Order: sequence, then structure tokens, then C-alpha cells
Amino acid sequence: MRSFQTGAAPHMSPQITVAKVMLQVLVALLPGIVAYTWFFGPGMLIQILLAIVFALVFESLMLRMRGLPLKPFINDYSAVVTAVLFALCIPPLAPWWISCIAMLFAIGFAKHLYGGLGQNVFNPAMVGYVVVLISFPQAMTAWLPPLAFAEHSLGLFDSLLVIFTGHVPVAGGWDAITQATPLDTLKTGVDSGRMVSEIRQSPLFGDFGGMGWEWTANWFALGGFFLLYKRVISWQVPVAVIASVILLSLPFWLADPDSNPFPMQHVFSGALVLAAFFIATDPVSGCVSNTGRLIFAAGVGTITLVIRRWGGYPDGVAFAVLLMNMAAPLIDRYTRPRVYGK
Amino acid sequence: MNFADPIDIARDAGKRTHHFHGGLRLRHNKRISCQVPVERPPLPDILVVPLLQHAGETAEPLVKAGDRVLKGQQIGHCEPCAAVHAPTSGTVEAVEDRLMTHASGMTGPCVIIRPDRKEQWVELEPIHDVLTASPDSLIIRLQECGLAGLGGAVFPTHAKALDGLERKIHTLILNGAECEPYISCDEMLMREQPDKIILGARILRRALGAERVVIAIEDQMGAVYAALAYAAKCAECKSITVVKITKIYPEGGERQLIQVLTGLEVPADGRPSDLGLVCQNVATAAAVAEAVTEGKPLIERYVTVTGNGISQPRNLLALIGTPFSHLVKACGGYTAHVARLVVGGPMMGYAVSNDATPMVKAANCILALTQSDIAAPQVEMPCIRCGECARACPATLLPQQLHMQIKNRLWDEAEEYGLTACIECGCCDFVCPSHIPLVEWFRYGKGELHQRAIETQATLLARERFEAREARLTRKKLELAEKMSRRKQMLKDKAAHKEAAEKAHGSSADA
Repeated sequence: MRSFQTGAAPHMSPQITVAKVMLQVLVALLPGIVAYTWFFGPGMLIQILLAIVFALVFESLMLRMRGLPLKPFINDYSAVVTAVLFALCIPPLAPWWISCIAMLFAIGFAKHLYGGLGQNVFNPAMVGYVVVLISFPQAMTAWLPPLAFAEHSLGLFDSLLVIFTGHVPVAGGWDAITQATPLDTLKTGVDSGRMVSEIRQSPLFGDFGGMGWEWTANWFALGGFFLLYKRVISWQVPVAVIASVILLSLPFWLADPDSNPFPMQHVFSGALVLAAFFIATDPVSGCVSNTGRLIFAAGVGTITLVIRRWGGYPDGVAFAVLLMNMAAPLIDRYTRPRVYGK
Repeated sequence: MNFADPIDIARDAGKRTHHFHGGLRLRHNKRISCQVPVERPPLPDILVVPLLQHAGETAEPLVKAGDRVLKGQQIGHCEPCAAVHAPTSGTVEAVEDRLMTHASGMTGPCVIIRPDRKEQWVELEPIHDVLTASPDSLIIRLQECGLAGLGGAVFPTHAKALDGLERKIHTLILNGAECEPYISCDEMLMREQPDKIILGARILRRALGAERVVIAIEDQMGAVYAALAYAAKCAECKSITVVKITKIYPEGGERQLIQVLTGLEVPADGRPSDLGLVCQNVATAAAVAEAVTEGKPLIERYVTVTGNGISQPRNLLALIGTPFSHLVKACGGYTAHVARLVVGGPMMGYAVSNDATPMVKAANCILALTQSDIAAPQVEMPCIRCGECARACPATLLPQQLHMQIKNRLWDEAEEYGLTACIECGCCDFVCPSHIPLVEWFRYGKGELHQRAIETQATLLARERFEAREARLTRKKLELAEKMSRRKQMLKDKAAHKEAAEKAHGSSADA
């Protein structure tokens, strides 16, 4: 006779962990990050590191305050994913305290005050981004042009200097190194009565979206396909985000191509591709069922377009995601799949 | 819109295969136990036969300590349920409570038999004209022989057949889709005794009055298809079809299998017979053939003894009541790193605390797992709503929502979200990156819902009683009041009468 320890079924070792899911997301972000650095210089890498450090600091603090164990929650990489997604949304030379404030709101408020991992109503990275975007508009609009035609390109050391001291080591200061983003240029241009084709003559623009931006978007999409292949994200979200943007901008463009950009330009500009694959796909703050995900993502695409077209901001992805986060529970309620046999 | 009657659609069961939602592609691990032919292990020194082996009530013991029993003699009786028989001849040592083969580790009444190693059978009564015998006589035989579903649910076979007779069954489905990893006893049975299964299928078809039989097997069972098809052809049975279905766990679950074969869903609060279907396990069919043609009661079954914790994994033909330890010994004993003993498969089986646990009719597999198979206990993380569970759920539930509802005791919502439709297959649990024991939560939640239903029923009854009493009291009060008033009226009338009479008298006196 022999005794055994009992345990609940299934009696098989689990295949996947939260940490693995988050790591796959981080791996999928790598190609986009490399492309970004290639086109816009090393500032972004510094921002990513800064955001990660602040995110982990606030994560540890909040876990300590909530009396939760640090190890399993720090090791799940969810705070790191939030930090990287946030860093990818801000200008590469934004001052260091931008990350600090954003991560305080993202991790401290949006995540832990709502109950921590899995409980947040809003996408933490987007909450952090929107807080600093609204509070510090100047710092958040100091974008760099692609290295290819920048007059002054800053190396790693110079970038560090700018981020930490705010001192720009070239003649002319900030004005010499920053430039409006393609979306911004387009918006102000159209608002002042110029034609899209005319605006697009600027070297800022590439084939579809902004020069540099469109290729970064391509590489993010590549990472997104990896996540689709690994079934970390479901196809409904990226497809519905991009399709809604194309379908809704198409009639405007057909009706008046002079003041409305080509649909593909919308797709390849700003943070749309990143959002389609990495931000709107956040399962915690998104919808549960497949139909729900389609509606949620179509909402993100639509609101983004509305803000770009009629709103005060050149890009509206972050606002769109947060607004749809609010609608997610309601959508879930009405898109419940039919239970077997009912 | 005009929908075809589901019962008519179900008539085409197996002509085309369909899909069910979710499910998992799991590693089979079946080959390791299919290498050698099935044999009977040597007789154990002691047999412990539980009196509760079926879905239903515990059987009443028909023997007491000191009695001599013959092989196949009935030792437990249960009127609506199935009977229990002595697996071999010998002496009854005791009828007492022993550890049962049950997930809870509870004890229950068992008949303990010491074999005399003579294997003396009781007199068996074969039914010779099996294919012309009346359905009633067949069904009675099933009950007498203690037949129950050998796929694991151990629902008494005669009860299913009776229900089928009443509900007009057109198709009998024999389930040979052994979807859990490791288990291979049905596959071995289909390979070794296809004739018996086909014969059992014909008998069951007659007992049910069904037109067709569909035998569903997995597409990866190799020689099984040919064996069954050949046996069916030899039996000249054109109404028996063997269908290969894709191996996606849990396609062998009754409701999933029906969906695969017909494209229809069994109503949530209904049974397969609502579609004119009855499902039986292939092993049950073989046991039916033995019970009817030989008169043999169900005292032994094929069981897979397997896993990395077993030295020589294989299938055995084991007597009911044999302690697991004896079966493991017959398979070369445990390996060094054995850590958990499971009855059933790795997805839905339950771990037992002790290998003195006896073999029962429901036990299709004894699975000994090592620490590396089951992994270290994982830290449970919060749900990140990734939706993997919903993607895997064959009942199209939203396990992540149900988990949250049960945790917050939102019973009405959990019921509305279909908690009771959960088949506890473990798919959601297996894919959860947060390692939340979802099935445990759902079992608990179902228990609470059940309890609540009972309480609601009790409250309703109590209210009904209360209201009836109130009504009765009011009625009585009214009656009383009426009586009183009538009486008062009567008195008043009398008084008035008297007065009038007196008056008349007085006036006459005056006059």
C-alpha cells in the first residue's frame, strides 16, 4: 500500500504563463523598436529604459503598499510591457520626468488603484501617455525628423544630455533639431487651406505615411503577425482597427482628395499600426468575445479618425483606446456568445 | 424561416462530420500502453467491491460476513439502479465501510471477498435468440447483470435504454472516441474484440428499437477501423456505420460527439434522446453482448495502467474490486519518481490518496504520473482576461467571466452565463496562463447553484404552505364569523319572535 499526494485536475503541467505571454509581446515589439532607432536615433532606447525603470519602481512600491509579494508580479513583465508601449508613444527626446509622471499614473493609478494586474479598466500605457500629453503639450510635441534628412543628428551621449538636462548641444537649440510630425504638418496644412498633394511634397512624407514612420509601422506590423501566429492576440482587433480606418476615410478621400489624405496614409501615420497590434489588443481593458473585439476595435479606428479629422490633436489613438475601454464592459454584455445547447 | 426538425437532421448522424467549438490538440501518450495484448492479472488476495458504483443510489448488500459466494453471484441489489456481483468465488470476509474510488476520498460500504481460487461460476442463463428476444427481456437482463456506462459516467445502461424506448430512438451512437491522453482501453478492446462490440451494438439497437448504429472512433486509431468494419460486415449488418472523427479533445464527450456527428447541439437542459439519439460506450456494448449471450454479469473490464510512473504500462482485464496496488504490481510496479495516482485521464481524472483503492466499473485508466508530468504547484496569478479559456471551451462559455462571477458570488449572473452547461473537461484550466484552477471554481459554483435551487424550492414550498395555512385560517375565521352572525341573527329572530308573541299575548291579555 502506498500513499500519494492528491491534486486537482488537469494533471498536466501548464503550457504557458503570464510572463511568457508578456515576453512574447516584448519580443514582438523588437523589430519595430530597431526600425524606430534606425530612423530616428537612439533617443527612443533611452526613453524605453527610463520608462521601464520608473514602471518597476512604482510597481514595487504599489505591490509593497498593497501587501502583495513582489517576485511573481515583478517577474510577470506586465509593467515592462506598459513601460515600453508608453515609451514608443512619446517623442524620443522628451525630458526624463515625463516618464516618471506617466508611469506614476499608468502603474500607480490606472493599474494598482483599480486592483492591479487584470483589473484595470483603462489601458495603463495610454492613461500615462494621455496624462502627460495633456499636461505637458510642449514637451510632448518636440518630435525629431528622420535621421535621413535631419540637419543635426544626436548621438547616444547628446540624447542623454538633452533628456536629462534639457540642454540642446547644437546651435539654434530645440528649434534646430525638432520638426512637426507628418500628421501634424498635414493637419495644420489642411487647416490653412493647402492641398494634401501640395503638403505631401514635403520630404517628411514617404510612399504612404510619414517618411521613416511608415517603415517603423511595417516592422511593428511584422511583430504583430508574430503575435497572431503565436495566438497571443486575435485577428479581430488589428483587422477591425485598420479596416475601419480605411473604410471610413475612403469616402472622404474620394469626395475631396485635396483636403483629405489617402486612406493608406492614415494607416501608416502616427501610432495606428502600433495601436492596432499592441495597444487595442490589450485583453484586460478590451472585449472578451470575438464579436465584441470586432466592435471594440472598429470603435478605436473610428474615433481615431474622428479626432484626426475634426479634433484638436493630430493623432487620437490614445484617446480612442481609452474611450473604447469605457465601452468595453457594455459591448461585452451585448456580445456574449451563445452557450452550447441554449 | 422553416427549420428542419432536429430529429430528422440527427437521422443523418455520421454521414458528414462537423466541428465543435474550442477543444485542444493534446499529446496522446497512448502508444506506450498498446504494445502488448491484454491479459488478466493473477487473482489478488483480497477483493473490495464497493456497493456504490453507479450514478444513483448505493446498493443493498445481499450477503454478510462468512457467506460463501460464487463468481457472478449478485451481492448487491438496487431497484432503480444496477446490480453488483461477486467478481470471483470465495468467502465474504466483511461488509464494511472502506475507502472508495471517489474524488472526495470518502468511505462507503464495500463487500470484502477472499477468493478461494476455484473460480466457480453461478449458473449462467444465456439468452439464445438474442436478435429476436423482446426489448423488455433484454433491458431486464441489462439491469440484472449490473451494466452501466463504462466510459466513466456509469449511468445504468437499462435506465438509458428504458428512456430510449419511451422517447423513440432512431440512432444508437457507440462512442469509441477515447479522447483523453494516455487511455487506450477502448482502443485495445476494439482491436481485440470487434465482434463482441458489433454483437453488443445489435443487441442494444434491438433493445432501443433504433434503426441505425454509428460507431465513432478517432482518426488515429490505426487498425481499429478495419477491425470494426470487418466485424460489422461479417455480422451482415448494413445498418452499422463506423465513422472516423478528428482527434480534438474532448470530442469523446457525449455532447461534443453528437455535435461532431450531427452538427446539432443537445439542448442545455435536455438529453440526447431529445434528438432521437442514445450514446453508449463501446466497452458497454461489449459487456452487453456478454451479459445477454453468455449471461455474464459485469465483473471485469479493460483498464489502462499507464504513465511515466509505471514500469511496464499496458492494458489489463481486471476484476472489479481488485486493489490498484495489485494491478500496478502486475505492470512491473512503480518507477522511482512516481508522484501522483490518478483514476481516469490527466484532464478529467481525479487523484487518489492511496493505492489500496479498488477497481470499479467506472475506472478506465490508472495513471501514475511523475513530478515532471504534473510540474511544481504553480503560483496562481490574477486573470488577465486573455480569453484563451473562452477560445478552448467546447461549451462556448466565457470561463473568465464565470470565474469572476463565482468569486464575487454573483450567482444569478453565473447562472445566466451558463455555468451549468460546463462539462468540466478542463480545457480552460489547461490553457490558463495565470494557472487559475477554473474547473475547481466551476464545480464549487455548480454546487452553490444546486444548493440555491434546493433552497429556492424549499422557500417556495414553505411559502405555499404558509399561504395555504393563512387561507385556511382566514376561511375558518370567515366561517366562524358567518356562523356567529347567523347565530346572532337566529337569536335576534327568536327574540323578535318571542317579543312579537309576547306582544300578541300581552295585547290579547289586555284585550
